[in-house]
Amino acid sequence: MKQTDLAIVGGGPAGLCAAITASRLGAEVVLIDDSDRLGGQLVKQTHKFFGSKRHYCGTRGMDIATTLEQELRALPAEILSGTSVVGLYGGSVSAERRALQETRVQGSTGSGVQVPESQNPRTPEPPNPFRGVLGLASRDRFTKLGFKCLIAATGAAENNVLFQNNDLPGVYGAGAVQTLMNVYGVKPGTRVLMVGSGNIGLIVSYQLIQAGIEVAAVVEALPKIGGYHVHAAKLARLGVPILTSHTVLSAMGKEQVEGAVICRVGKDLKPVARTARKLKVDTICLAVGLTPLSELLWQSGCSMVYVPELGGHVAWHDENMQTSLCHVYLAGDVSGIEEASTAMLEGRVAGAHAAMQVLGPNPDAKRVLTESQAELCAIRKGPFGDKAACGKARLAECAPATGTVPARGLSPKPTL
Amino acid sequence: MRARTSRRKSQVTSPKSKVWTPSFEIGLWDPGRKSRRSGPAPSRRIEQHPILTFENRGSVGFFFEGRAMAGRQGETIAAALAANGVRLFRHAEKTGRPRGFFCAVGKCASCLMVVDGQPNTMVCMEPLREGVKVERQSGRGKLA
Ligand SMILES: Cc1cc2nc3c(=O)[nH]c(=O)nc-3n(C[C@H](O)[C@H](O)[C@H](O)COP(=O)(O)OP(=O)(O)OC[C@H]3O[C@@H](n4cnc5c(N)ncnc54)[C@H](O)[C@@H]3O)c2cc1C
Ligand code: FES
Repeated sequence: MKQTDLAIVGGGPAGLCAAITASRLGAEVVLIDDSDRLGGQLVKQTHKFFGSKRHYCGTRGMDIATTLEQELRALPAEILSGTSVVGLYGGSVSAERRALQETRVQGSTGSGVQVPESQNPRTPEPPNPFRGVLGLASRDRFTKLGFKCLIAATGAAENNVLFQNNDLPGVYGAGAVQTLMNVYGVKPGTRVLMVGSGNIGLIVSYQLIQAGIEVAAVVEALPKIGGYHVHAAKLARLGVPILTSHTVLSAMGKEQVEGAVICRVGKDLKPVARTARKLKVDTICLAVGLTPLSELLWQSGCSMVYVPELGGHVAWHDENMQTSLCHVYLAGDVSGIEEASTAMLEGRVAGAHAAMQVLGPNPDAKRVLTESQAELCAIRKGPFGDKAACGKARLAECAPATGTVPARGLSPKPTL
Repeated sequence: MRARTSRRKSQVTSPKSKVWTPSFEIGLWDPGRKSRRSGPAPSRRIEQHPILTFENRGSVGFFFEGRAMAGRQGETIAAALAANGVRLFRHAEKTGRPRGFFCAVGKCASCLMVVDGQPNTMVCMEPLREGVKVERQSGRGKLA
């Protein structure tokens, strides 16, 4: 069986940055992504990104993906694209947890950088040289990969929303619409109703118009537009109605979407009687939020907590992006829905810390770690970082492996 | 139909409504619009784009339910089907309801079809190959 120091699952901005960082520090890295093109969400973002200059602000998402990919390809890291991770095996959960608790106690006086396991006399060496095994499925074969540390950077999946006929062909996630038109150059439909006015809803509406597709309206259940003013203003200038306090009641059609019924909603978000209207559209595009893709982390047995601000269930993690299992890290949207710049920084943090765990303490790694952590703090203190900062703070409040009832409705992972 | 439409329109702009309503008209259901269909079907490929260019790296012939269709090199089966106007990919197992793709990135399993006799193929991740036979799947599908 193939083995590596560091297995990184997901080739979005978080996974790419983790791989670049760890590989530069000298760790042996395998990056696995299920699509043929690296970059995750970035490959279909044709707009210029917001954020700070250092994090590619003003660069189009797809160009960031190319830059990062070139950087990684110049390093000795191995890249397995077109390969899905379909399972995680091995590693004794309780032993690992105990080991981490011991390291935490020992490391709690120090710099915030944990004592790597191998340096800790109280932690017994695990019997295997590698701590777990990933099951990999590519198009024609199933293989295994042993690893010492795992970084999950699997991103997030799109949410659906309840309405009549929401399963009809023609009801698409916003990401699907983007993939179809920005990656393959195929129009998803001719006239679209966009559900959700967050940044994704607004940006994808604009991209639809750029592709020559009509946007009938954007509906938003809340009384105010969710996304940034710049994006909403662009749409308004093009005459696209953004209907706040409106929702979609049903999709019309038998075999595919032929129309949509929308209506106004009150403050309680319930439909207001006699306000239903029919819209002639052939596509309903849903941009109603994302949920972290945590399957691998659930399977790893690390502590999971429910934090609505982060998008649902996320693996508990500390400022080093380490979960309650010391050999399992996470980075990017899977650790809470945020943005590309924070995903890249989290990737760097996870990559640097994991590299130290396999290679031993290293001043370069420490520098990357503290710099990236400081930048993350700065971004989250900024005007748009409120929600994520709040979510991460709530995460820090709950103890990972002790099983105590965490504060304010955070629920520990039920035992599987 | 027309009369109802206009009554609704007046409701929409009713000054009594407290919630903000748009001052512009939004496309109400109007069967008259169907006439657009009578002309040649508009292309489902994006011909012009302010940022992107989509080069045609060559045409790939394939079959959908026995019908010959053409897609492009480098795209997935789902994209090729969408470009040919096919939206219904399968019928769900328990309810028999129609399904198309939803996420287009291999995360939701909404797009399972029979590809060269192999059921449950995620066509949103499966690259298009010359001569491939794609069929709608019904329920779980059967192994050939
Ligand atoms: C429309 C839109 C606009 C945006 N605009 C901005 C913006 O202007 N500025 C900004 O900063 N951010 C923006 N973002 C957010 C940003 O794109 C995401 O936060 C970022 O891409 C998250 O990175 P990630 O690496 O965590 O996940 P992703 O980019 O989602 O990458 C995850 C990767 O992991 C792969 N994967 C998942 N599971 C497996 C598995 N089991 N096996 C193998 N591979 C797997 C996926 O296929 C994917 O390639 C936008 C997002 C969207 C959708
Ligand atoms: S459309 Fe979601 S898996 Fe193919």
